[in-house]
Amino acid sequence: MSNETSATTTRRGQAPRGERIADWADGRLGIYSLAKSNMRKIFPDHWSFMLGEVALYSFIIIILTGVYLTLFFHPSMAEVTYHGSYVPMQGIRMTQAFESTLNISFDVRGGLLIRQIHHWAALVFLAAMMVHMMRVFFTGAFRKPREINWLFGFLLFVLGMFTGFTGYSLPDDLLSGTGVRFIEGVILAMPLVGSYLQMFIFGGEFPGHDIIPRFFTVHVLLLPGIMLGLLVAHLILVFYHKHTQFPGAGKTNNNVVGMPLLPVYMAKAGGFFFLVFGVIAAIAAIASINPVWAIGPYRPDQVSTGAQPDWYMGFAEGLVRVMPGWEWNFWGHTVNFGVLIPIVIFPLVLVAIAVYPFVESWVKGDKREHHILDRPRNVPTRTGFGVAWLVAYFVMLIGGGNDLWATHFHLSLNSLTWFVRIGFFVLPVLAFIATKRICLGLQRRDKDKVLHGRESGIIKRLPHGEFIEVHEPLDQEQLHFLTQHEQPEPLELGPEVDENGVERKLSRSQKLRAKLSKSYYGEDNVIAKPTVEEYKEITSGHGHH
Amino acid sequence: MKKLSARRRHPLAALVVLLLALAVTGGLYAAFAPADKAQADDTAQSLAIKEGKKLFAVGCASCHGTGGQGTSDGPSLVGVGAAAVDFQVGTGRMPAQQPGAQVPRKRNIYTNAQIDQLAAYVASLGAGPSVPEKSQYNSEGANIGKGGELFRTNCAQCHNFTGKGGALTNGKFAPTLEGVDPKHIYEAMETGPQNMPSFGDGSLSQQNKKDIIAYLGAVNGDESESPGGLDLGGLGPVSEGLFGYIFGLGALIAVAIWVAARTTKAKKS
Repeated sequence: MSNETSATTTRRGQAPRGERIADWADGRLGIYSLAKSNMRKIFPDHWSFMLGEVALYSFIIIILTGVYLTLFFHPSMAEVTYHGSYVPMQGIRMTQAFESTLNISFDVRGGLLIRQIHHWAALVFLAAMMVHMMRVFFTGAFRKPREINWLFGFLLFVLGMFTGFTGYSLPDDLLSGTGVRFIEGVILAMPLVGSYLQMFIFGGEFPGHDIIPRFFTVHVLLLPGIMLGLLVAHLILVFYHKHTQFPGAGKTNNNVVGMPLLPVYMAKAGGFFFLVFGVIAAIAAIASINPVWAIGPYRPDQVSTGAQPDWYMGFAEGLVRVMPGWEWNFWGHTVNFGVLIPIVIFPLVLVAIAVYPFVESWVKGDKREHHILDRPRNVPTRTGFGVAWLVAYFVMLIGGGNDLWATHFHLSLNSLTWFVRIGFFVLPVLAFIATKRICLGLQRRDKDKVLHGRESGIIKRLPHGEFIEVHEPLDQEQLHFLTQHEQPEPLELGPEVDENGVERKLSRSQKLRAKLSKSYYGEDNVIAKPTVEEYKEITSGHGHH
Repeated sequence: MKKLSARRRHPLAALVVLLLALAVTGGLYAAFAPADKAQADDTAQSLAIKEGKKLFAVGCASCHGTGGQGTSDGPSLVGVGAAAVDFQVGTGRMPAQQPGAQVPRKRNIYTNAQIDQLAAYVASLGAGPSVPEKSQYNSEGANIGKGGELFRTNCAQCHNFTGKGGALTNGKFAPTLEGVDPKHIYEAMETGPQNMPSFGDGSLSQQNKKDIIAYLGAVNGDESESPGGLDLGGLGPVSEGLFGYIFGLGALIAVAIWVAARTTKAKKS
């Protein structure tokens, strides 16, 4: 359909049917020019570029299965007595939301499988977004022109967390009800507005009759709607910016080397969608998730141990679990720092990673476009920061599951809590230092490889008795790969006094910028890559060993 | 005789004499000991108490005192009743292997008869709950749904929704109830071992206890099924998240690597 001989050619007889349909559509939608500009769009190939696709496809799976679930779910908190087919729940009073979830699980055809696909896909969706985000972060794919798209992706992750949380709360089971109670506590802990906000959101005292219907609207309409919009914008920008690529022969900041969208990439992506769907469906068929029938309906007077949110909220759970329960009283108003401080730290940690691209471009003063990805080792400070952030995140995940760590590793819950309290501050620093050292070590190795070649493992004995290892020189492509990255000079503040001997006034932000710039490009933070002279000197014959 | 006297300075002679002496004393003891028993007076009950006292002196007295009055290393057993002994010894918790945050369940080394004797002895120290009858803890006439409700109200906060166990402070823990004899669950509720509060008949009636045991049998027993597939330990979102990351995302990354590696065909064209 896409051939160039199109509408205007008037031959004898009628054009084939397919062409006529395409002409009809083109006259109304302009598909020819769209196709012309987009079908030959090139996408580079690398497995890590498909992590975002995993997220995209699991989002589609979530929407498909979610639509099916809404057909049978009743978002109501009206009380009923269960008489369904699951024996251990018979005769128990519960809300309609919980009853309909049990019915979906036991009485609706395919209901349990669809429910499990929906929930597993949600876990995979957020995990894929997180890993995708880390891929983008560590390769520097967030640099100009992609900063806005980085923010879109970040917003998708945050909204995904809350969409997941509201969905997890809908069955109104004992586990998720405990989570809603947790959220109520969080809202109440906000100074001044807390109690008003709580009354507004819950429509009265906890639990009331409003929260499940409200969460339902938020979960199936509001948040997915926003996410869908952001997702489309995210993809349009990927198209508009074109995809980034790893360095390599023939790859520059002005081209994209890879496969065309049609047919190669379309076939691959389409096939990958079904693979993702297949893997998630297989997992949903193998492993149980959120077995609400075993958990029981929510009652405010009941609670279970091991009450955790899904993993993407485990970080917030950890913050609250390890925070000392400080509570101060100001003129009759209680301020609960045990919850207030965690709900301040929680967004701060998320925002720290979100604003990083802007901080980096400010420090580097780099306003150029970048389409070639960084190798993480070549930007030790960024890589160190990313690893430190991940370490802080995962330390808090340990905090969120501290009871299970205690029982399964035979540890004391109290010592674990202290480990997390201290580790949250200390371990990221250690991780930063260690990562930076490892990156520098890898840079040194790269330099060594360029200058001396690859260690072949062949030991040779020279006539005079000396043993040497034979080093194989690298080919041109590898040499390019190892030396193509830029190594700018750190920002210089210039002389402290001007030509008249008067002390120059430097703003605090300038000084900070110079300091940070040094941490990126300063002497100890980068291994100077081999120069052409060095390379020639060593490979010219003498001194080669 | 001459032969014997010729070997009296043999290096092994002393050993032979020692063995003979041991055999003789042992034989004499075996011959006279039953005579003692024949003297012991009356019923099977007091016999059991007597035997139990001996077992107690060997296995328990070093911590609980020779009369079960308790020492700095172990609490007094006066008034704990036969049910407590049957639970603690029957699940292998007592005699304890070592002091620690909590005494864990381990293999029981006593026979049922010995446990009964120990229980009889401890029960004789002071009145306490007795070992329940089978009719008290079997699932006949029990309401599973009600049991679930009671379990979630009274037990789940330490033992988890379906009795998979959970953590307490400073290394203590609420153990899993998987594979625990219904009799022992009943006794635990009655006596409140270690960190567990006791639920006497006043707080949980006998019928309530029966319902709870029936519920556990339905959701955490040998033949209880998991309708959704592997239950991943029944521990909730932590194990689900771990599984999702390792097997969900892990498999998908493996698939992505596989898909990305198939490019050569396209390159040829």
